[in-house]
Amino acid sequence: MAVTQRKGKPAALRREALTAYLLISPNLIVFGVFMLLPLILTFVISAQETSGLGPAEWVGLGNYTELISDGVFWRSLINTVGYAAVTVPLGLALGLAVAMLLNNAVWLRDVMRTIYYLPVVISGVAAGLIAQWMFNENIGVVNELLGLVGLGPVSWQSSPAWAMTSVVLLTLWVGVGFNMVVYLAALQGIPREYYDASAVDGANSVQQFRHVTLPGLGTATVFLAIYGVILSFQAFDLIYILTGGGPGSATEVLGTYAYEQAFSARERGYGSAIGVVLYLLLIVVLSVQFWISRRRDPEEG
Amino acid sequence: MVAVPENRPDLSRRPAKTRRAVRVGRLAGWLLVAGGALLMAFPLYWMLVTSVSTTADLKAGDYGLFPREIVWAGFSRVFEQLPFFQWFLNSVIIAVVAVALTVTINVVCGYAFAKLRFPGRRVLFVLIVSTLIIPVQVLMVPQFEIVAELGWVDTYWGVIIPRSAEAFGIFFAYQFFKGIPDELIEAARLDGAGELTIVRSIVLPLSMPLIAVLVIFTFMWRWNEFAWPLIVLKDSDAYTLPVGLLFLQGQYTTDYPALMAGSLLSVLPMLAIFVIFQRFFVEGVARSGLK
Repeated sequence: MAVTQRKGKPAALRREALTAYLLISPNLIVFGVFMLLPLILTFVISAQETSGLGPAEWVGLGNYTELISDGVFWRSLINTVGYAAVTVPLGLALGLAVAMLLNNAVWLRDVMRTIYYLPVVISGVAAGLIAQWMFNENIGVVNELLGLVGLGPVSWQSSPAWAMTSVVLLTLWVGVGFNMVVYLAALQGIPREYYDASAVDGANSVQQFRHVTLPGLGTATVFLAIYGVILSFQAFDLIYILTGGGPGSATEVLGTYAYEQAFSARERGYGSAIGVVLYLLLIVVLSVQFWISRRRDPEEG
Repeated sequence: MVAVPENRPDLSRRPAKTRRAVRVGRLAGWLLVAGGALLMAFPLYWMLVTSVSTTADLKAGDYGLFPREIVWAGFSRVFEQLPFFQWFLNSVIIAVVAVALTVTINVVCGYAFAKLRFPGRRVLFVLIVSTLIIPVQVLMVPQFEIVAELGWVDTYWGVIIPRSAEAFGIFFAYQFFKGIPDELIEAARLDGAGELTIVRSIVLPLSMPLIAVLVIFTFMWRWNEFAWPLIVLKDSDAYTLPVGLLFLQGQYTTDYPALMAGSLLSVLPMLAIFVIFQRFFVEGVARSGLK
């Protein structure tokens, strides 16, 4: 790195270091007090029984053993993994498809790009409220529209599987625009000569997609897959507003269950234990993702 | 949005039959993506239509895709029975103060990590970036207890300060400054400029594109944030818009015109900002994905 090779007098170096510490200190203080300290405390609190306002009681791994026999916890864990496993690949595929269709100078291209991105900038709460009204199984517009083509009515609210489907659809609505923009940028990074050269070699569009387009999208895909997993593991706003985890615990995920335990049921220790499990699970999944992406293309960083 | 060089294959080299097939394919693709755009736009349109409808019509399932008449009663219910204006004000104050604070400290921090030498640089940077993967739910209980200990429950600071160090912002600033040549800063040093003078007179003027992107994204995150304000703000007069909307949902369970009117008012500022500053959004997202 150029920075480390640079030479300087000891006094100047000390001034430089002091300035650096001054500039990073506000962040370090906030990170220390509101990130590092809480991260340690979470593990401590998760070993306590802190029901209600009474004093905390030391229970060791008690909260964790309680989790093992908690049906809602297992439901939430399976939902969390399933939610990520469905929404991340679907979101990537849809984002890529839209990006490819809107990469060329087609009619109304800029308007359509804007429309696809709009849901990204609105709050999860507003998006969830809109969806809750649209998916109302008695008077909502989704069932009305399905009725026009002779389908449904679908029990979006009372059937576990359909409720989960509504959560997935809402997540895709909110997220597809982001994937589209990242893929558009990646598509524009592929040199035009590659396409010309492969066309001269007689490649058809399917072959071009496989041998020119897809390899050029590797970095963007790895980034979006990792970012998508991080986001879907923290899912809260959309689900909390749209279904509240219901019906029953059909759409409950670890993010909503941890909040409900810690703040609605005031079981701070139990809620923290769920948070710790969520964190460890995310680390495992991300490690696997890193390992796969390294193995696929070892030359990429 | 961004101007792009075309990546389409050159048609003139193809035989006429293939050319026609490609045209048909393109039309099908356009219809597909345009249909998708209609689906994407529909929920926002439906929010608008619902906000000017009457509850009675909606409950009877008696509605069409276009409003028959425009009724503003949903909007008046939101303003008359709830401190909606106060929530709006809270959201504005929190977002604006948070943007000023967060962007300032993250830009100078990113600069220090990218351009200055100091012991512990690498370790601290890795530590900061690794916080990107910590889910909110892991930290919320102790974070709340610390905020309560500081007496910040129901205050603007309680919402703003714990979120002011943003690993994404620091990383983004770091990437930006890595792209600026060392020579500029080195030349100023040789002229005898102090380190803070360099930051003020050289680094900050150069960072305007970076600052624009960070301002817009930080504003969006703070304006839309839900889980953390929900935890910190207990008193209904202290709510931000998203927390207020949840309250609205609890109060007006089936008053969809009021719910949609409230939602619409809460998203309009963000939609306006997006449409005006679209270029910066796209630039920010595109860069975050490529690095």
